[in-house]
Amino acid sequence: AEGAVAGAVFQVWVFVVLFLIMLPAMFGLSLGVTGVYIQVLVKILEWATVRIQRGRMEQPSVPVPLPNGIIERAGGSMEEEIGELRNSFALSDAFYFYKKGLESIVDDQVTQRFSSEELASWNLLTRTNQNFRYISLRLTIIWVLGVFVRYCILFPLRITLAIIGLSWLVIGTTLVGFLPENSVKTWLSELVHLTCYRICARGLSATIRYYNKENKPQKGGICVANHTTPIDVVILANDGCYAMVGQIHGGLMGVIQRSMVRSCPHVWFERSEMKDRHAVTSRLRAHVAAKTKLPILIFPEGTCINNTSVMMFKKGSFEIGGTIYPVAIKYDPRFGDAFWNSGKYNMVSYLLRMMTSWAIVVNVWYLPPMTLQDGEDAAHFASRVKSAIAHQGGLLDLDWDGGLKRGKVKDSFKEEQQKMYSSIIVGQNGINKDANRF
Amino acid sequence: MGSRASTLLREEEIEEIKKETGFSHSQITRLYSRFTSLDKGENGTLSREDFQRIPELAINPLGDRIINAFFPEGEDQVNFRGFMRTLAHFRPIEDNEKNKNSSASEPLNSRTNKLLFAFRLYDLDRDDKISRDELLQVLRMMVGVNISDEQLGSIADRTIQEADTNGDNSISFNEFIKVPPVDGEQDY
Repeated sequence: AEGAVAGAVFQVWVFVVLFLIMLPAMFGLSLGVTGVYIQVLVKILEWATVRIQRGRMEQPSVPVPLPNGIIERAGGSMEEEIGELRNSFALSDAFYFYKKGLESIVDDQVTQRFSSEELASWNLLTRTNQNFRYISLRLTIIWVLGVFVRYCILFPLRITLAIIGLSWLVIGTTLVGFLPENSVKTWLSELVHLTCYRICARGLSATIRYYNKENKPQKGGICVANHTTPIDVVILANDGCYAMVGQIHGGLMGVIQRSMVRSCPHVWFERSEMKDRHAVTSRLRAHVAAKTKLPILIFPEGTCINNTSVMMFKKGSFEIGGTIYPVAIKYDPRFGDAFWNSGKYNMVSYLLRMMTSWAIVVNVWYLPPMTLQDGEDAAHFASRVKSAIAHQGGLLDLDWDGGLKRGKVKDSFKEEQQKMYSSIIVGQNGINKDANRF
Repeated sequence: MGSRASTLLREEEIEEIKKETGFSHSQITRLYSRFTSLDKGENGTLSREDFQRIPELAINPLGDRIINAFFPEGEDQVNFRGFMRTLAHFRPIEDNEKNKNSSASEPLNSRTNKLLFAFRLYDLDRDDKISRDELLQVLRMMVGVNISDEQLGSIADRTIQEADTNGDNSISFNEFIKVPPVDGEQDY
């Protein structure tokens, strides 16, 4: 009798997964279940927010999260605060640097981008519980229910879908790879990629809204986007086919990469090739020049940032030529923290965390295409594209390099500050032009 | 569901820091979060490298001096108490403190103590005088390689001349605080 029950459960399971989730996903249809789920979640989270705020007023010692940073800054430039072009030094000038220095010790604009965004109100996930204390019994019960739903119902479902999706990608692309190069192969390859990514997106309970689809990246172009997580690829590939660019890995990742490239030309580099910037650029240039190939997908930040800001775009991607199609991606942090903190979590634990979040809710804006203007250099172009993306996504536009996650800041920035200060106290003409005397 | 940050900081400690520095309970827990996020080694203390990892501080011309202010004489590590004590100098003066009876011992962030803190950033050897050399050192840090030795020297000489009232060719604390603020000095 137990075997029969287990068998029945399994059959129901397969039925649900296959017919209610997978097949509709493959054809881009939706049964509306996720939509209802999200709406219910929003109601619950709004209730929780009100409850927490009430609880906070009764317990004034609990610190309030401050979205704009924890100190009020007198945000003046060096000229404004020291006094424009005074041509003289004053002892109090040092105060400007001391103040700026202390402000940055208490709260700086850069290091906070490499860890998850702090939420204005707890979203009933243990992992985002930074400073929230016990507020009420009802809240705790909802939290426990949430844990049960996420780990015991949603998680097994999502894992199944993810496995199906990835296996289908490997098998499907390998099969398509056997076909000769013709339009049928191209069409089939796109179908395989799209359906697989759609299944994977279901595997994360991803709700994606695409805006301005008329600006979607075209063949022969380069798509650039802000980078928060490896899942960005799944998000974008749900709506179109791209040629991926990246380093070839070993293990499972490598298997997937090698089979993908059989059905359509992705651009994978060996580790040694990545160091040679010229080789990388010329390969990408060749890909773009053949105007029939899929648009390349590049993340010019070079590393994952926590989706509150856009950091410096490396100019390499903007030297390839061709049309740039900027895309802005913004995740809703209430439903799950999409940021991959690669220093803290490896890929597997990151994916597990993703699959036990409430959902992934994301907005994608396609921006109008941009090209290099006359007399503009790649760095300036990169900065222009970055600002457009930041503006559209409601993200802070920073000039700091994402590489500061791991590396030190260049000395030239300090030298810039010193030069600026020098010109204030002695004027432009007094500056020592033979700087290499020292 | 407790708060992760403040479970590592005991209530008694928070009270002690509150008395010593004047920060509120929530300010202290928030600054403790900041302290732990800077503490990459997770050993409860910050080293100079931990400060240097803040890009905005690393590019500040006086960054090294500011960092030094956190470390007591000869030490390489600063714990949370020391961190808060130094920051307390820059806590904005609350309205309810402005009219406090001056017979109480001077709070860390009084205007005088703030100026003394700034004075000590010039006066490295703590002899209560800013000598020409000490002034030149700070000037050199702020201007980098952009101004010649001769020009910098004359700037230093002029500054000392204007501030020095007792003719000892250096600036004492009293002379320092009497220097009229140039437009742009913030109300600390």
